[in-house]
Amino acid sequence: MTAVATADRPRLGERLAAAPWPELAAPAALLLLVVVFGAADSTFLTTGNIEAILQASAILVVLAVAQTFVVATAGIDLSVASTMTLGAVVLGQVYSSGAGIGWAILAGVAAATAVGLVNGAIVAKGGITDFIVTLGTLSAASGLALILADGKPQPVLSKFMLDLSASGIGIISWSVLVAAVVAVTAHVVLFRTRLGVHLLAVGGSTDAARSTGVRNVRVKMSVYLISGLLAGLAAVLLVARVGAAEPASNTSFLLNSVAAVVLGGVSLFGGRATIIGPVVGALLLASLVNGLTLLGVSQFYQPLAVGIVVVLAAFLTRFQK
Amino acid sequence: MTAVPMLELRGVDKSFGPVHVLSSVDFTARAGEVTALVGDNGAGKTTLVKCIGGIHPVDAGELIFQGTARSVRGPRDAALLGVEIVYQDLALADNLDIVENMFLGREVLTRLRTLDENSMEKLAEQALASLSVRTVRSVRQHVVSLSGGQRQTVAIAKSVLWKSKVVILDEPTAALGVAQTEQVLDLVRRLAGQGVAVILVSHNMNDVMKVADSIGVLFLGRMAAQVRRKDVTQTQVVELITAGRSGELGLSPAESSGAAV
Repeated sequence: MTAVATADRPRLGERLAAAPWPELAAPAALLLLVVVFGAADSTFLTTGNIEAILQASAILVVLAVAQTFVVATAGIDLSVASTMTLGAVVLGQVYSSGAGIGWAILAGVAAATAVGLVNGAIVAKGGITDFIVTLGTLSAASGLALILADGKPQPVLSKFMLDLSASGIGIISWSVLVAAVVAVTAHVVLFRTRLGVHLLAVGGSTDAARSTGVRNVRVKMSVYLISGLLAGLAAVLLVARVGAAEPASNTSFLLNSVAAVVLGGVSLFGGRATIIGPVVGALLLASLVNGLTLLGVSQFYQPLAVGIVVVLAAFLTRFQK
Repeated sequence: MTAVPMLELRGVDKSFGPVHVLSSVDFTARAGEVTALVGDNGAGKTTLVKCIGGIHPVDAGELIFQGTARSVRGPRDAALLGVEIVYQDLALADNLDIVENMFLGREVLTRLRTLDENSMEKLAEQALASLSVRTVRSVRQHVVSLSGGQRQTVAIAKSVLWKSKVVILDEPTAALGVAQTEQVLDLVRRLAGQGVAVILVSHNMNDVMKVADSIGVLFLGRMAAQVRRKDVTQTQVVELITAGRSGELGLSPAESSGAAV
């Protein structure tokens, strides 16, 4: 009986290993950053600055959620930022052609969703490695954006778009609210629907999922479709924030979306994901950049800081089972 | 013993190209009984199981479910007829919990199309309770944290949950220790006690002699004999496995040597 008793009480080492380190990393780091930056600079915790951080993280939150869906199935969507750029450019072109802002938004979101559909079809049906496929669409989508826009930014002067980023409820702007709604919806889809269970099953145990009757191909296609759709939504927020549709490549958004996912404790091998994790990861990255800027650190140091934080977070996933 | 068997195979042939894997195999599994399927490596056990499961459609012969001949052209046909195969690798998703695994692909939904967690939890608990399973602490445990015996338990409980009529267990005790083997064999008996026709594919003579009511012995793709457990000794079964015949039982001398050619 003593053997059973000791077996039931894990040793300290086992308990440390069993603690959800990857999930705790981002909230802990965010708290640390808030304390450090708050102490170092009195403006960091003012409502104005918090508003700015939230505003700056809205787009990244949406992209990180998009990336989470794909990563949960053990895939990766490298095209997510270029898809957003393409969506933004289509939005700008349709708007400048004289259509209403509603049609322009619809066209932009549809274009991005179409890219997601193409990704999904090639990855799931064609059985080609996600890394290569989305690397291809990364290039294709940004190329298409440059062609459509002829390389020039297109101003989008619309009251609706201005309001989206400039007004809202208190310090919560409408775009932050959009990001919050996306996150909550994504959480419900991941944990309260059949698709959510199936995509975690496909990500974590492909063979078991297939032999149980889960339609792997359909699940894989859906996640890329979701990723494209969310990239389209992010495009709307981007145009609202910048006030123009720029065909510039947004590579930092791609890297940060993956970084937020890793910071959020989502396993890159699939099958293990949360939504709150990547959202906190995105907030963490936005706070880091904001705090460094406040402290007067040259912006050249920011990618370096982001890189170090991401690698540290990835290191923590070593404790993952 | 009911008059009509749950599952009956008559004259089943299966070839892969020029290789005859099964020739004219007859096999019967009755509701409420454990029917063991034994044979040496390469005797055709796995192929026979896959024929029943619809993974390999048969070339010739009949599959008769509860007295009616049915064509089984794919795994879905077999599933519709209530055939569940529990493979050695169990086909469980490690990263999901017990409830999610038991309902994977067949989730219960609420009116809002979200998962009905409460109902699923209750049904999973009932299925485990009906097999008197006490080794599983919580149905919300992730499968990765379960022992081999517990995993086997979950896989078997799944077939109870889905009211399977024929449950085929492929070497369920192969990777288990003594105590866990005992538990799983108990479970196999209780499963049959619920009126299921259980087919136990096994290499382990002790297991077979302990739980089987009937034993089918395959020898080089032929059914050497299907005998009642109480009518034979372990030695006779071993002879059937290795030589295809044992005294009066089994293939004729010509058949048992001819089959090897």
